[in-house]
Amino acid sequence: MNQFILADCTTESGALSQLHDGAVVKAGGIDLLDRMKEGLESPTKLVNIRNISSLRGIHETAQGLNIGALTTLAEIEEDPAVKAHYAILSDACGHAATPQIRNMATVGGNLLQQNRCWYFRSDDFACLKKGKDMCFAFDGLNQYHAIFDNTTCPSVAPSSAAVALLGLNASVELASAKGKRTVAIKDFYVHPDVNPMTRTVIAPDELLTSVIIPKPASGTRSAYQKYGEKRSYDWATADAGVVLEMDGNICRKAAIVMGAASPVVMRSPKAEAMLAGKPITEETARAAGKAAMEGAQPLSMNGYKVQLFPVAIYRTILLAAGQMGRDPSAVG
Amino acid sequence: MSDRKSPSEDAAEQSSSPQNSNNVATGISRRGFLKGAGITAAGTALLEGVQVFSREAVAATHSDVKELGPGAVPVTLLVNGKEHTIQIEPRTTLADALRVHMGLTGTKVICDRGSCSGCTVLLDKTPVNSCMTLAMDARGHHVTTIEGLPQNGEMHPLQAAFVKHDAMQCGFCTPGMVMSCAALLEKNPKPTEDDVRHATAGNLCRCGTYPRIFAATLEAAGTSTRNA
Ligand SMILES: Cc1cc2nc3c(=O)[nH]c(=O)nc-3n(C[C@H](O)[C@H](O)[C@H](O)COP(=O)(O)OP(=O)(O)OC[C@H]3O[C@@H](n4cnc5c(N)ncnc54)[C@H](O)[C@@H]3O)c2cc1C
Ligand code: FES
Ligand code: FES
Repeated sequence: MNQFILADCTTESGALSQLHDGAVVKAGGIDLLDRMKEGLESPTKLVNIRNISSLRGIHETAQGLNIGALTTLAEIEEDPAVKAHYAILSDACGHAATPQIRNMATVGGNLLQQNRCWYFRSDDFACLKKGKDMCFAFDGLNQYHAIFDNTTCPSVAPSSAAVALLGLNASVELASAKGKRTVAIKDFYVHPDVNPMTRTVIAPDELLTSVIIPKPASGTRSAYQKYGEKRSYDWATADAGVVLEMDGNICRKAAIVMGAASPVVMRSPKAEAMLAGKPITEETARAAGKAAMEGAQPLSMNGYKVQLFPVAIYRTILLAAGQMGRDPSAVG
Repeated sequence: MSDRKSPSEDAAEQSSSPQNSNNVATGISRRGFLKGAGITAAGTALLEGVQVFSREAVAATHSDVKELGPGAVPVTLLVNGKEHTIQIEPRTTLADALRVHMGLTGTKVICDRGSCSGCTVLLDKTPVNSCMTLAMDARGHHVTTIEGLPQNGEMHPLQAAFVKHDAMQCGFCTPGMVMSCAALLEKNPKPTEDDVRHATAGNLCRCGTYPRIFAATLEAAGTSTRNA
C-alpha cells in the first residue's frame, strides 16, 4: 500500500473542504484498503470520515427512516426498528461479508464499493474498467459474472445493502461544498455501457451523507436471501430481495431485486408483474422466479445462475409472505 | 468464494482449503484463468491512481481537520490496558502496529484482506480485522489482543477450554478464533452452538478444527450439551 496523508475529520464541512485534487474518502476502509493493497489505486490523500459522529445513526422520521452514511452494517442488522419494518434491509446487512467486516463496514461504503470481477480486482489485468481496451472475462473464467446487461463489462454489482435499498425505493443524500442533492438508488449506479470506469453518479467532491427510506405501505412484507458457494460467508452468486405490498393474501405491488446478476443492481418488472394483483402461492412465486430470467444471456461458465435465481426468488417470495422459513441452503 | 478477488494467486493452493472447496467444484485452473488474459497479460500496465481528479483548490486548512503523515508520526494506542507510544505512518495497519511496532505477535496475519479473520482483535468490545483497520483508527479505543486475555498469569477460561479440547492443529487461526469467541461470550454469556457458528462464520481454519472450537466455547460458557 502506498504512503498517504490521512486527513482526520470531525465534521462534514471539514471533510468537504478536503475533497479536491484526488483526495479519496475513507469510511470503514474495507473496500478502499483492499483496492490500495492490490495496487489498483494509490491516492495520496485519504479523507478519514470515520469519526464524524453526525453521519452515524438510525433515525425514524414521519416519512420513514434516515440512516447516517457511517452507520455500520452490524448496527443496521441489529436495529429493532429496521428488523420490525424493513426486514429485507436487516437481512441484507446481516448476511453481507463476515461479522468482523460488518462491524467496520459502513452503509455508505457498502453502496459505493467497486464491482466484483477477479480480473478488475487484480493488478495483473489491465481491463476495460481500468480505462484500458479489453475485458478478460468474456474469454476467461466468468462463472461469477453477470447474466444480464453483460455485453460491455460483465462485472457484478456487489452490494447486499443495495439489493434491499432498491427494493425499498430508497435514496441517498449527497453533499458537496455547493449544496445537497438527493438521488434515488435506482438512478445512482452508472451502467458500464455508459462508462465502464464510473460506478455511481457521485462526484469526487461529494460525500454520501445519508440513506433515506420511505415508510413502507401498510401490509408490506419483505425478505432477502443470499446464495453462494459456502454457507458461512461468501460473496453472492445470486441474491434476491423481495418487497410485497399485501392486502390479505393478495399482492398489490411487488419489488423483486436481483444482486450479482448484472453490473448494476436490478429489479425485474417481469417477475413483479407475475405477482401484482394475485395471491402469493407456490405457483405464482415460481412463475415470478421463472419470469425474472427472461432475457438472461449467460456467458460460457455462468449458465447455472439462470437456474439459481428462479429458486432464490421463489423461496424469498415465500419467505417474505411468511409461507416458508429461511432457506437452509442460503448463506448464513 | 471470498477471495475471488485474487486471480493471480495460485488456484491450486486456494483449493487446498476445505472452506474454499468451490475451486475444486468449479474446476478453476491457473491456466484456464490466464487464458482470458490473452496477449496483454505479459505487458501488465501499472495503474496509477485510477481516480485522479483535479478540482479547484479549496483551502486545505480547516479547524476540524488534522492532517497526519505521509511520514511516521507518534501515536499512542491503548492495548491490553497499557499505553504504547509508537512512530507509524498513516498507512500502517493495526495488525502491523501490534506485531511489528509493539512486538505483540500473538495476532496473526494470514490473508491480509479481511477474508479469514485470523487477525481478529477487539476494538473496545467489538471484533474487527486488524489487517483492514488503520492503526490510526484505533486511537481512542481499547484494543484487546490474544495477549490481553489471561488475567494474573492465568489463562482465560476460553483458552483453557481450547487446550482441554485440543481445539487447534497448526494453531495459526487460533488467536483469531479465540478472540471471536471471547467477544461472543462477553456479549452473550450463554450461547448456543448456532451462536458460536455465527460468531466464527468469518474465521477460516484450514486444519478443520471447527467442531472442537464449538465444543470448547460451549464448555467455557457452561452451555455445552455434550460431554467433553
Ligand atoms: C471477505 C469479504 C466478504 C464480503 N462480502 C460481502 C457481501 O456479501 N456483501 C456485500 O455487500 N459486501 C461484502 N463485502 C464488502 C464489504 O461489505 C465492503 O467492502 C464494505 O461494506 C465497504 O464499506 P466501508 O465503509 O469499509 O467502505 P470504504 O472502503 O471506506 O469505502 C468504499 C468506497 O466508497 C467511498 N466512500 C465510502 N464512504 C463514502 C461516503 N460517505 N461518501 C463518499 N464516498 C464514500 C470510498 O472512497 C471508497 O471508494 C465483503 C468484504 C470482504 C472482505
Ligand atoms: S489476515 Fe485474514 S482477515 Fe486479516
Ligand atoms: S488453521 Fe490450522 S488450526 Fe486452524
